[in-house]
Amino acid sequence: MNENVLVSLKNITKKYGDKTIINNISLDIYEGEFLTLLGPSGCGKTTILRTISGLEELTKGEIYIDGVNVTNVDPTLREVNTIFQSFALFPHMTVWDNINFGLKMKKIAKEEATKRIKDAIKLVKLEGFEDRYPPQLSGGQQQRVAIARGIVMKHKVLLLDESLCSLDLKLKREMQIELKKLQKQLGMTFIYVTHDQDEALTMSDRIAIINKGKIEQLDTPKNIYRYPKTAFIADFIGESNIFNIEIKETTDKYALAKINEDNSLKILNNNYKVGDKLKILLRPETFELKKEYVRNSIKGIVKNYVYDGQITKLEVEVNKGLVLKVNINDADICSKDDTVYLRVPEEKVVIIGEQNEE
Amino acid sequence: MKKNKLRRNIFIISVFVFLYLPIFILVIYSFNASKMNIVFTHFTFKWYKELLSNTTLIEAFRNTIIIAVTSTVISTILGTISAVGLNKYDFKGKNFINSLIYIPIVIPEIVLGISLLSVYTLFHLELGITSIIIAHITFSIPYVITSVRSTLNALSKDIEEASYDLGANKWNTFRYVTLPLIMPGVISGATLAFTLSMDDVVISYFTAGPGSNTLPLNIYSMIKTGITPDVNALSTLMLLVVVIVLTSSAVIQSRRIQKRELLR
Repeated sequence: MNENVLVSLKNITKKYGDKTIINNISLDIYEGEFLTLLGPSGCGKTTILRTISGLEELTKGEIYIDGVNVTNVDPTLREVNTIFQSFALFPHMTVWDNINFGLKMKKIAKEEATKRIKDAIKLVKLEGFEDRYPPQLSGGQQQRVAIARGIVMKHKVLLLDESLCSLDLKLKREMQIELKKLQKQLGMTFIYVTHDQDEALTMSDRIAIINKGKIEQLDTPKNIYRYPKTAFIADFIGESNIFNIEIKETTDKYALAKINEDNSLKILNNNYKVGDKLKILLRPETFELKKEYVRNSIKGIVKNYVYDGQITKLEVEVNKGLVLKVNINDADICSKDDTVYLRVPEEKVVIIGEQNEE
Repeated sequence: MKKNKLRRNIFIISVFVFLYLPIFILVIYSFNASKMNIVFTHFTFKWYKELLSNTTLIEAFRNTIIIAVTSTVISTILGTISAVGLNKYDFKGKNFINSLIYIPIVIPEIVLGISLLSVYTLFHLELGITSIIIAHITFSIPYVITSVRSTLNALSKDIEEASYDLGANKWNTFRYVTLPLIMPGVISGATLAFTLSMDDVVISYFTAGPGSNTLPLNIYSMIKTGITPDVNALSTLMLLVVVIVLTSSAVIQSRRIQKRELLR
């Protein structure tokens, strides 16, 4: 990934009547990047994509693609292509004609077009399906046609709108890997919209978390997972335990965070003062489960025990109102109703803000 | 179970007898040598030969076809454009226009006939083939719009957007994407318009002038003096035209579907 900004959104806003769908977003997307817009449904992520393709007009702000201000440019002339959630293939045209459509509209010479279509078909592994009609293809094959139809245009940006959403889980996993490979191979910029956090984490170079028409956090998948900025993100990405603590003691390096009367946790001090009320995040896989008391651990009772082969999911009740989700690898260490001690390494504790936030 | 099946078959047969017996009898008697419609003496093409030498009837047949084809083509084009416009654009009073469209369908034919006649008189339009064509276009357009609109509503917006996204302008999108996909609605609208025009009596009666007699009008005037075998023959021919049009429309439609599903 190099540092050339390819797509640039400058303070874009979109309103339908009184309703604000996109609220003053600015975002630079680099050449060759796989950027995902991730958020719950209705957060405005698809609308952002549609403003880039030009299918939606902006209320305010500007959009630059490859250095050109395209804010008022017709979608027909924008050098981006979209893979629609529904694939939007032309059902009355063969696979070949579907892929050829854009080239025909751009009046690309026939020899060049034939070569490009052949390359695209090979790339998405659809050889032998050229004469089929879309309704005769499976969901995965239709998806490939849609991708081929987009990449054959050789534009630098491909916009993907919940493209894997309609596929079944196994196919989805396969396509995730293939899509990522394809993107690296072509060196294209992919802007991908999804509400599926797994998809976002596996494929993206960077993720922009969209909530209520704003970007809540823009970072790499690792950082978003490890250091979510808000409780919303922590809750949205992965499984999480979010609860309140109060700082009881501080030293230079550490602070003691009180969970309840019986339990406290040592955390890294970051200019906290005694009496600070904070929200903390503990991921289910950060716990070390012990049968005997160890220092810096939380005591609780196993209330639920689900074994699913790779990991065991526990629900540990610390006190009334605080039940922690805990994932462990060793299925034999405990059983239901056992009293256990959960040790948390202090560097794995994430503070996500003060309690009165939100 | 068996009894049920029997009952069902009897029911189906009676429906078909009820629907098609009159038509069947008409066709049979058109080949009857006897002038009476009571007994079948022997088979003959006499009445068809007589028809061919009847210049008034041939003239009327020609008029009917000219009117049906012209009004079908024009109403199909106008109706399709209107349906696309109503589907795509939002404007003030759209709902009002939507309900206005159905008026020619629900209004009594005789009222429409009289209103058209008074409009023609008002504008001093000479009654003739043109006036009948205009009248037929008037009552055909709503059927075309309704038929085209139902296929348009089933068309996902994404497909047209994908076309814009791939660099097609509005005209090319309509030509290569929208029109082929709404073709079934256009064809059935056109078929409807054609058959409606072919057998229209009431409105043609009001809007026809001297020398613009149509077949249905002719038949109507012929039966005033009693049903003769040549009327039967003529009606059989009309029936044949309508059947040919409907069948070819059905064949075109099923070919389109087959083409898509053949390789499945």
